[in-house]
Amino acid sequence: MAFILRRLAFYVVAAWVALTVNFFIPRAVPGNAVEAIMAKFPNLTPGAYKAISAMLGVGKAGSLGHQYVTYLDDVAHFNFGTDVSQYPASVSSLLGQTVPWTLILVGTSTVIAFLLGTGLGIMAGWRNGGWLDRSLPGLMFLQAIPYFFLALILVEVFAVKWHAFPAGQGYDGGLVPGWHWDFISSAIYHSILPAFTIVITSVAGWMLQMRNVMVTTIGEDYVVAAQAKGLPNRRVVFTYAARNALLPQLQGFGLALGFVVSGAIVMEIVFGYPGIGLLLLSAVTSSDFPMMQAIFLLITFAVLIANLVVDVIIVFADPRARAKEATR
Amino acid sequence: MTVATTIVTEPTVVTGKLPGRWRRLPGKAKAGVVLMGMFILAAIIGPMVAPYDPGYQNPLPSLKLAAPSAAHLLGTTQTGQDLLSQLLTGIRLTLELGLLVGVIATLLSVIVGVTAAFLGGVWDELLLLVTNVFLVIPALPLLIILLGYLSDKGQLPTILVLSLLGWPWGARVIRAQTLAIRGRDFIAAARETGESSWRIITFEIVPNQVSLIAANFVNTVLYAIGASVALAFIGLTDVNSWSLGTILYWAESENALQLGAWWWFIPAGLAVALMGTGLVLLNSGIDEFGNPRLRDASNASRVAGRRVRATDPTPVLHEPASRGRVGSFLHSFSRASLYDGGLAGVPEEKEGAK
Repeated sequence: MAFILRRLAFYVVAAWVALTVNFFIPRAVPGNAVEAIMAKFPNLTPGAYKAISAMLGVGKAGSLGHQYVTYLDDVAHFNFGTDVSQYPASVSSLLGQTVPWTLILVGTSTVIAFLLGTGLGIMAGWRNGGWLDRSLPGLMFLQAIPYFFLALILVEVFAVKWHAFPAGQGYDGGLVPGWHWDFISSAIYHSILPAFTIVITSVAGWMLQMRNVMVTTIGEDYVVAAQAKGLPNRRVVFTYAARNALLPQLQGFGLALGFVVSGAIVMEIVFGYPGIGLLLLSAVTSSDFPMMQAIFLLITFAVLIANLVVDVIIVFADPRARAKEATR
Repeated sequence: MTVATTIVTEPTVVTGKLPGRWRRLPGKAKAGVVLMGMFILAAIIGPMVAPYDPGYQNPLPSLKLAAPSAAHLLGTTQTGQDLLSQLLTGIRLTLELGLLVGVIATLLSVIVGVTAAFLGGVWDELLLLVTNVFLVIPALPLLIILLGYLSDKGQLPTILVLSLLGWPWGARVIRAQTLAIRGRDFIAAARETGESSWRIITFEIVPNQVSLIAANFVNTVLYAIGASVALAFIGLTDVNSWSLGTILYWAESENALQLGAWWWFIPAGLAVALMGTGLVLLNSGIDEFGNPRLRDASNASRVAGRRVRATDPTPVLHEPASRGRVGSFLHSFSRASLYDGGLAGVPEEKEGAK
């Protein structure tokens, strides 16, 4: 428990750094965000200057310290201000509509990619030099493809040419979102292509890492000893080698998550998927700074929480860590 | 990965001549060198051999979104611009950005990593804490708001912002390796002979982790290219300059996909993917160079039908770090604190190849 609590404290510090960076960026960059928006929309009256600066929180009254405290208080209450592009709506209500889409899509496909990649990595590492291992350079090519580019190709082939899958949107336009089968099946149908994109592009990374650790682990004396005892291969692979090789893989999972989530978000743009990525694009194109900042914080917090979950899993999966926890 | 550096250089030194060296390179590294060589060549001579001005909008109606032909090998855009010229110019800008970010960020990694390991104690733990914080905060969304606020989104600001966020991974790995080297006898010997800390760092420690720094450089270039293309794709760049990302940005915003103009986005995306593959191959080549076990099984000898590999080089014994009170307090917040106490096979810094 002590370890988990300390890690929690670490993530709180990380979250605080993210919050503080987020607070200071608009105040520290050269140039003025308000003037940037004014320049973008030349038909705004000079009176709009004040309105925009109030909206961005740039020209707020009070000292910097006072602004900082107000800002932290606002974030704690999920109050991210008013959206610029869809004016009367609040940022948090817009986020609330889009987060579940991204969370389910990216979450599910990342877990699938991790499990699949780890499994393939175990096989490639065990049969080092076998056909699976030799196919790695090809898989590296898949990994090097930008997420959004693969998405473009998949849409072109499967949706535009073959009409096998829908080209965009999260669900069929004629349906009302809700907990009925028509809607859910349509949502699943629409998510297959985006999920496939994430799995294809990230599976090689997990596989390569697992394979490399696996190859090193197989050379360890205890694995050789297990084989010499005449244990069946299956037992040696999974109970002796893979179980130990999995720990670095798990640690990598927490850190690589940021990359996967970022890539997936850009990918959503191609599919017109109604998640955070699409919201981020519209925020970027309309210089909607409150929305951009809120999305940054949201993604950061999601990644931090996922890392904490990984920490808990490590403690339970690693007997050494468990023993240490017991004695602490 | 952490222990093998001393044996690495041996075979290459013996052969000396270039062809011999080349033959000894792992196959993956060869493929990577060839791929990257092609791109570097394209970046150097590309803008010179480009048949047209990439920005020139040919008003001929027949050249509006024309499919590849002899005059325009990769077709044209909606406004009659030649895509081959855009691609050749774009490769230079993208590669230039990647390499510059690689140099700056790797330099930062080396400075932070070596400083942390060398100072030790509280400073080490403090720097590691900062590194870990920046490692866990996802970079792309932060890049988006940083660039979003900048009014000048050209090449230089993008390079600076990407470098600023690209160092933590390398710093961590280099710190771990420096800690491992620091305890070796030859460092102690250098200290005994009265060498200054600066001399030890620049002539003993850094040269001994060149392969690690090189791998880290390649990784950083990969990150920079990927991130800059993604940023350009969503429009956070100077969209009037020609990089691989801006070609894709225009293809997306002019609906090239819906119009069936595959020649607009496939070549640029393929170039990014091939560049990435070249870098990954190069990196795993460097990795295998440093860790003979990761090499193809073809290098291992066969005895009675079973592959036999060279055993692990002598493991370096980590002396327990002396941290002091504040240092141990800071250390207890890190994931690595789970593995304190000299257990074999410590997975502390085996992040793998990502």
